Amino acid sequence: MKKIVLKKFLTGLMAAVAIVAALGVQAAEPFKVGFVYVGPIGDHGWSYQHDQGRLALEKHFGDKVKTTYVENVPEGADAERVIRNLAKTGHDLIFTTSFGFMNPTLKVAKRFPKVTFEHATGYKLSKNVGTYISNTYEGRYIAGFTAAKMTKSNKIGFIASFPIPEVIRDINAVQLALNKYNPDAELKIIWVNSWFDPGKEADAANAMMDQGVDIILQHTDSPAAMQAADRRGAFAVGQASDMSKFGKKAHIFSVVDNWSPFYIKRVQQVMDGTWKSEDHWGGMAEEEIVIPEFSDSIPADIVAEAQALIAQIKAGTLHPFAGPIKNKAGELIVAEGEILPHADLAGINWFVEGVPSEIPK
Amino acid sequence: MDIDLITNILYAMIRTGTPLLIVALGEMVCEKSGVLNLGQEGMMLMGAVAGFIATWLTGNLFFGFLMAIVAGVLMSQLFAMIALGLNANQVATGLALTIFGTGLSAFIGSGFVGNPIEGLDVIAIPFLSEIPVIGKMLFAQDLIVYLSFVLFGVIFWFFRSSRTGLIVKAVGENPHAANAIGLPVMRTRYLAVAFGGAMAGLAGGYLSLAYTPLWAENMTSGRGWIALALVVFASWRTERILLGAYLFGLASILHLVAQGLGFAVSPNLLAMLPYIATVLVLVMMSRNQGQSKMYAPISLGKPFHAGT
Repeated sequence: MKKIVLKKFLTGLMAAVAIVAALGVQAAEPFKVGFVYVGPIGDHGWSYQHDQGRLALEKHFGDKVKTTYVENVPEGADAERVIRNLAKTGHDLIFTTSFGFMNPTLKVAKRFPKVTFEHATGYKLSKNVGTYISNTYEGRYIAGFTAAKMTKSNKIGFIASFPIPEVIRDINAVQLALNKYNPDAELKIIWVNSWFDPGKEADAANAMMDQGVDIILQHTDSPAAMQAADRRGAFAVGQASDMSKFGKKAHIFSVVDNWSPFYIKRVQQVMDGTWKSEDHWGGMAEEEIVIPEFSDSIPADIVAEAQALIAQIKAGTLHPFAGPIKNKAGELIVAEGEILPHADLAGINWFVEGVPSEIPK
Repeated sequence: MDIDLITNILYAMIRTGTPLLIVALGEMVCEKSGVLNLGQEGMMLMGAVAGFIATWLTGNLFFGFLMAIVAGVLMSQLFAMIALGLNANQVATGLALTIFGTGLSAFIGSGFVGNPIEGLDVIAIPFLSEIPVIGKMLFAQDLIVYLSFVLFGVIFWFFRSSRTGLIVKAVGENPHAANAIGLPVMRTRYLAVAFGGAMAGLAGGYLSLAYTPLWAENMTSGRGWIALALVVFASWRTERILLGAYLFGLASILHLVAQGLGFAVSPNLLAMLPYIATVLVLVMMSRNQGQSKMYAPISLGKPFHAGT
């Protein structure tokens, strides 16, 4: 008896779905945008921020745009299937938001020449595939500056995830700021081998504070280090998303990835037919890297100086990777008056002078 | 290394080891009764999310912990219904429970990501907490850590000296014999599974309410699996589980401390330290094959049909 009821219910459900789907086809076709996320949108970090960008798209375009997302997509063969499904189901523009989606994206793009693809953090372009990345190092430079000015113990902690170019680039940006504004400050780097493990990130923060670190920076995704700093009276800089709620006293500012302006711009371009395949780097000038606010715990003169630096970065007169830059061995890599180009920054695999530890092999 | 650093390392060792200790103790009781529940990770996550939401809504941490335990028990009873009631394969059911719990907790908790709560505070016991080196580690912890000490003591006594403990062991060793002499095999197993669920829920609550007071998807990051492995490597002995949990805690703290101090060892190697150290020590202790076999519940994972 029960089984029959269940069967009827399922049949009804299927009919309902079919009707809704049919209605959807009849209505005016909205522009369909698909998103592929590597993590859960609930990570309050990387994927969460991309999803905030997706929500901003819906808000900006209203009924004209319909978005779909698939979360927790592993970087591998499965990604290709997910991307192909999105392409098959009439999506006009698909954002694939993790490095490991690079080859699957290109493969699917070849089969669907009418669909536009945008791949985050990659380096391979094709006729209908563009790439995009944000200049997180600009925010890191400001974090490094503030830490250099505010530290009392001259020990600054950096919780790092994996030794990939993105992380190495950001560590370098912090160290370059320290070299300039407080050469006595020491950067203590702890690798936790994870993007997301709140317990381990908190442990790393505590281990640093036990060793005298009073300002913590992180390149991992949970706000656990911020909380740990708050409990023990240290300071911390938030990463990827606004973490102010997690450290009433500890939070000095967050460097937020703001994908909304880029996503809105790209969707508009594809709608208008003006889209071109390119490698896009966006930073503070494009409002893609944002520091929403500085906390009251930073002395006013340091805030003023930090804001002046931000203005210079936006104006293009200050670049964190402007020469002279030496590597750890003391060799001059970037000469005075030159800037390390994006092509080199994309694959950077060396530490600048002053970073105390080696890159893990 | 100065005294303060050592004091802090030992303190962190206990805090890191506590969630593992709680889960592993629960799972050990469950396995002693002959039931293998691989759903620890799922039950922990459900405990973590339930505890977090309850505390977020009411502002009461103890209500939060209570709900964490309730969530763990409910999950474990779902497992019990399928694996014990319907005699399904325990390994498959346990794995399904983990997958289910991971997804369900993410679903329930999706609206609560990015919210902070006031975590459980440390209660330092006067005088005792000022003992050099070990004072902070033993007497300046939060209530759940103290509770874990008590739970360890109770479970140790339970299996060593209590009659009920003997019944649980009998049911896990030979359920048919136990049944023949009139012991309630199924009831014992249901209760043992429920206890395991309560402990996993409590450990999950400890993570989301005390250790890192926040909720995020999959925040247990595999601690349930480590606890499961601990039970095996500790050859189902209470005191070895305590040792293993703290050893794992110590090694995972040490690898972070060593990096901070600038040791020129690859962090990847250091990151393996907790696993290697724990496995090595516990395997060495149980290298006597015959003796360690004595401790493994003989009917572990085997379904029981009364009357066959």
